[in-house]
Amino acid sequence: MVSTPAPQVASAEPKVGPLPSIKTEARDLSFYYGSFKALKSLNMPIYQHRVTALIGPSGCGKSTFLRCFNRMHDLYPDTRYEGEIRLLPDNVNLLAKSVDPIEVRMRIGMVFQKPNPFPKTIYENVAYGLRVRGLSSKNLLDDKVEEALRAAALWDEAKDRLEDLAFNLSGGQQQRLCIARALATDPELLLFDEPTSALDPIATASIEELMTRLKDKVTILVVTHNMQQAARVSDYTAYMYLGELMEFGETDQIFIKPKRKETEDYITGRFG
Amino acid sequence: MDSTMSRASSTPSRAPQLQDMRALIASGKRKQVMFAALGLLCTTIALLTLMAAFLDLLIDGLPRLSLDFLTNFPSRRATEAGVLSAWVGSALVMLVTMFAGVPLGIGAAVYLEEYAKKNWITDIIEINVTNLAGVPSIVYGLLALGLFVYQFGFGQSVLSAGLTLALLILPIVIVATREALRAVPGHMREAAYALGATRWQMISGHLLPYSAGGIMTGVIIGMARAIGETAPIITIGALTFIAFLPSSPITSTPPFLNFDWLLAEFTVLPIQMFNWVSRPDKAFQLNAAAAGVILLVMTLAMNACAIYIRYQVRKKIKW
Repeated sequence: MVSTPAPQVASAEPKVGPLPSIKTEARDLSFYYGSFKALKSLNMPIYQHRVTALIGPSGCGKSTFLRCFNRMHDLYPDTRYEGEIRLLPDNVNLLAKSVDPIEVRMRIGMVFQKPNPFPKTIYENVAYGLRVRGLSSKNLLDDKVEEALRAAALWDEAKDRLEDLAFNLSGGQQQRLCIARALATDPELLLFDEPTSALDPIATASIEELMTRLKDKVTILVVTHNMQQAARVSDYTAYMYLGELMEFGETDQIFIKPKRKETEDYITGRFG
Repeated sequence: MDSTMSRASSTPSRAPQLQDMRALIASGKRKQVMFAALGLLCTTIALLTLMAAFLDLLIDGLPRLSLDFLTNFPSRRATEAGVLSAWVGSALVMLVTMFAGVPLGIGAAVYLEEYAKKNWITDIIEINVTNLAGVPSIVYGLLALGLFVYQFGFGQSVLSAGLTLALLILPIVIVATREALRAVPGHMREAAYALGATRWQMISGHLLPYSAGGIMTGVIIGMARAIGETAPIITIGALTFIAFLPSSPITSTPPFLNFDWLLAEFTVLPIQMFNWVSRPDKAFQLNAAAAGVILLVMTLAMNACAIYIRYQVRKKIKW
């Protein structure tokens, strides 16, 4: 049904602002679960201080792709990467055997589908990544926790209850706490895996607004099954299907003038 | 939708089918009531038997229970005999069991669950650990007699008994710990790893604290089983008549800890009970019942601890 010519990567330039530089880039990236080839030779840039959305029907490999960036697949047996993910400016291949996955995860943060705060206090949730990095000074931790909670737009709601258990927060607050937890360690790239699929519309709106604001601080890659969300929050969009990158380009172009028929069918809801 | 409604209204009556349907429901409900009654009967028989045994023990034992009973050594005269050496012996043996069995069990479980590669060797180990839980305790006693008492030269001591019972609870602790670790959802592990945690940081900072409730429950259930064990302790040669206490583990002079008690001879509550029951004098049998009450209270207290700890840990955790 699907022919497989090379994905058409648009020469993407945003309409406003300076020319974005590439933060990280997948080069000929394939990924295997056992003998099943889940990702097929993906080539895609991710621009610095931009939001890039991955869309596509269930099972198309968008989450699998996302989880390559912080080597989450290394936690499970029978998984194998081929190709490279280059992180710039130091041009290190994140997938190289010589690169420790822990080092990769120290540089790249992740926010999960379901809000998953630790069963600890709000403060300890945000401080955890810093503690793992050997930070123990109370003053420094206090500052970093406040900074991260402010960045995640949770400070006003949480400042008087930092010692409360994180589970006492609402679902949307918990997800913002998870964002704060990831932001506290100053990641170079922040991965979002369907961050609002477990949230109500109001909480979803607040997370989307937050993502748009956060791109000044951090480069964002987000998987979403919600096309409207991709259209609202992202600067670039990639459409994936059956483990292939079908089309990548500026979000406006993808949604208004997709180059490929398959993309258009998916976006207009004729398929997927 | 429309078509079915119009068909329903156009059909004159569905009474015949309705009657069949009702008869079917009624017969189904009769079976349900019968099964519920049968279940209730089974529960009642089981509970009544246990209650009868427990009440019998209480009626015989309660009149003998007093502070003196707890602070007296065994004696030739039934009314003066007490369980001091037995309950102290039980407590000390449990102490050894806990310090030996719990770290070993948790360590083994963490290794098997989190570090070991999943292959046929770990499968075999897993099956064997589960089977070990079903090995008769006297077999452990024989093993301990050869290994701890003679080979290692620990003698018929608190240490030998504690280690024997540690072996006995090891599979229980391992299985319970693995279950508890598995109950921590994968997204918690991923959350910790995603922040750059090493495997050990994830285990020590997250897995173990979150599964502490389940682990402690397993440990205490194991200990509650161990405290009532008689056969392996008799096998390694515990004495039945002890009129002295081992030296105290805590001393008033530095270094405040004393380990001489580990090699002391000892007896435990179930052995004291067994000894008293086998005497012809009826008065000693009452003593045995009283010792039984104490043993039961110790076991129930341990189980209560398990429930309380589980409650305390679970209160903080919602996935």
